[in-house]
Amino acid sequence: MPQGAAAVLRHELIGLAGVFERNVYLVRRYIWWDIAFFVWTVANTLTIVFIGEGVQATGGDVDVDRLTTTLLVGAVVWAYLGVIFEILTETVAWERWEGTIEYTFMAPLSRPVHLFGMGLFAIVYGVVRAILLFGVVALFFDLELPQADYFAALVLLLVASVSFIGIGMMCAVLPLISPEKGTQLGFMAQGILLVISGVYYPVDVLPGWMQLFSTISPATYALDGLRDAILDGDGLLRLGDELWPLVVIGIVSIPLGLWVFRTGETYAKRHGKLKRSG
Amino acid sequence: MTPTTNTNGAPAVVVDDLRKEFVRSNGREGLRRRRKRVAALDGVSFEVRRGETVAILGQNGSGKSTLIRLLSTLLLQEGGGASIFGHDVFAETRAVRRLINRVSVEASFFKKMSAVENLSYAARFYGMAPAATRRQIPEILERVGFPRDRIGEPMEDLSRGMQQKVALARALLTAPIVLLLDEPTTGLDPRSKIEVQQFIREIREMHDATVLLCTHDLVEAEELAERVGILDRGRLIELAPPEELKRRYGAETLEEAFFAATGKAFEDEPPEEEE
Repeated sequence: MPQGAAAVLRHELIGLAGVFERNVYLVRRYIWWDIAFFVWTVANTLTIVFIGEGVQATGGDVDVDRLTTTLLVGAVVWAYLGVIFEILTETVAWERWEGTIEYTFMAPLSRPVHLFGMGLFAIVYGVVRAILLFGVVALFFDLELPQADYFAALVLLLVASVSFIGIGMMCAVLPLISPEKGTQLGFMAQGILLVISGVYYPVDVLPGWMQLFSTISPATYALDGLRDAILDGDGLLRLGDELWPLVVIGIVSIPLGLWVFRTGETYAKRHGKLKRSG
Repeated sequence: MTPTTNTNGAPAVVVDDLRKEFVRSNGREGLRRRRKRVAALDGVSFEVRRGETVAILGQNGSGKSTLIRLLSTLLLQEGGGASIFGHDVFAETRAVRRLINRVSVEASFFKKMSAVENLSYAARFYGMAPAATRRQIPEILERVGFPRDRIGEPMEDLSRGMQQKVALARALLTAPIVLLLDEPTTGLDPRSKIEVQQFIREIREMHDATVLLCTHDLVEAEELAERVGILDRGRLIELAPPEELKRRYGAETLEEAFFAATGKAFEDEPPEEEE
């Protein structure tokens, strides 16, 4: 590698580490709030996962373990997506609130590296939380999953995360365009993505026109694949039908996400919105 | 840290017929919202030599902050251009960003994080590795007079003056060749103000930095700058050494010169436009 290119790469990697480092500091400083939100997520997940037991208690004839695990996977993916979108949306929203946005955006750090740094942190933080959430909620139920292939599930989640990061980048620009309501639009995107992706049900139950959208949602394949890996013990070789669409969507969504963010940033620079107070 | 971007030959800052407008709401016409375009900068041109300090004076809404934000690559212009050491501010943003840093009226930090944490991650954005910052951050904080025993405290527990010292340390840490200062002492107590001004002098002398200072403070402008510009409603109507400005308007003070040049007293602040 030429010396100049190596220096640029080193600069970018240090910058990426800086984005990660800053988020670690923030987690450390807000650790009690993080624990409080985790408790809330556990409670929220339990309200959904208990539906499986509830159906049986009200006379339904279901495989309770399977339904409970299906709901648990849906709830964990919901929480995971929430973390990814929240952290990426904070790329702008939190910085604007703290007043650091101008300093970050005028630093000689390329925007893709800046966003990848946020994405990388979001994945690491999100995966740790998802594993903890799955483990804690599973303790409330007598779930027996001896056949589950957790390694395949983790790999699939990481592959799906590439697409989630791409979509998250598109949402991250929303607070730049609308300082007041942009963050909430990110939550809307998360909700829509999960509704069309069969978060607590097979996508077959959706109306035909919604099923069309589910075929382009990475969450559809993530949910399917995770359930196959955990419920049926499908390994990576048997998850090809879920993995290849995720790879394709990932390849498309990252450049698209960067393009959308860059377009939003240009708009903000044109209209004077790249500043601390909206 | 030494910026790798070429700085040979060219003037430090060139601003050429720079224009910036903002769209503002102007009432309603039926259901449609009417909009008007407001000129924030209207054909501003000037140059700053390497190592020079130029102060730009102006009221709120005169376009001072817009000028700094344009040069900081945070805004796009409607017309004209600007360059830093020959690098086009709007086309070569990465190169320009390596050369500049900025201190503004608000210190702007993650408030729960400490001074060291804030400086540490900010330095990474400029390519500084942990080995370098572990040594340099305490040194720089000491140089700006920041107490060693408070470097781990959250920024929100520090006074405005202390926070502004950390802001100066942040700028110094990245060894900028051009330092953009946007009212860096506004709101500080007299002692903090003097300390910050002293430190600006040090940065200029020790690091051969070029300084563009936008300020309300006429005394500060006169003491720190070799040349003083007067920006009025987006137009740079004067740029000359303070003594020459006073001589030109037959004024004894810079305030009188400002009054004579703009036709209004310095304290007559108009309502703030986009800044």
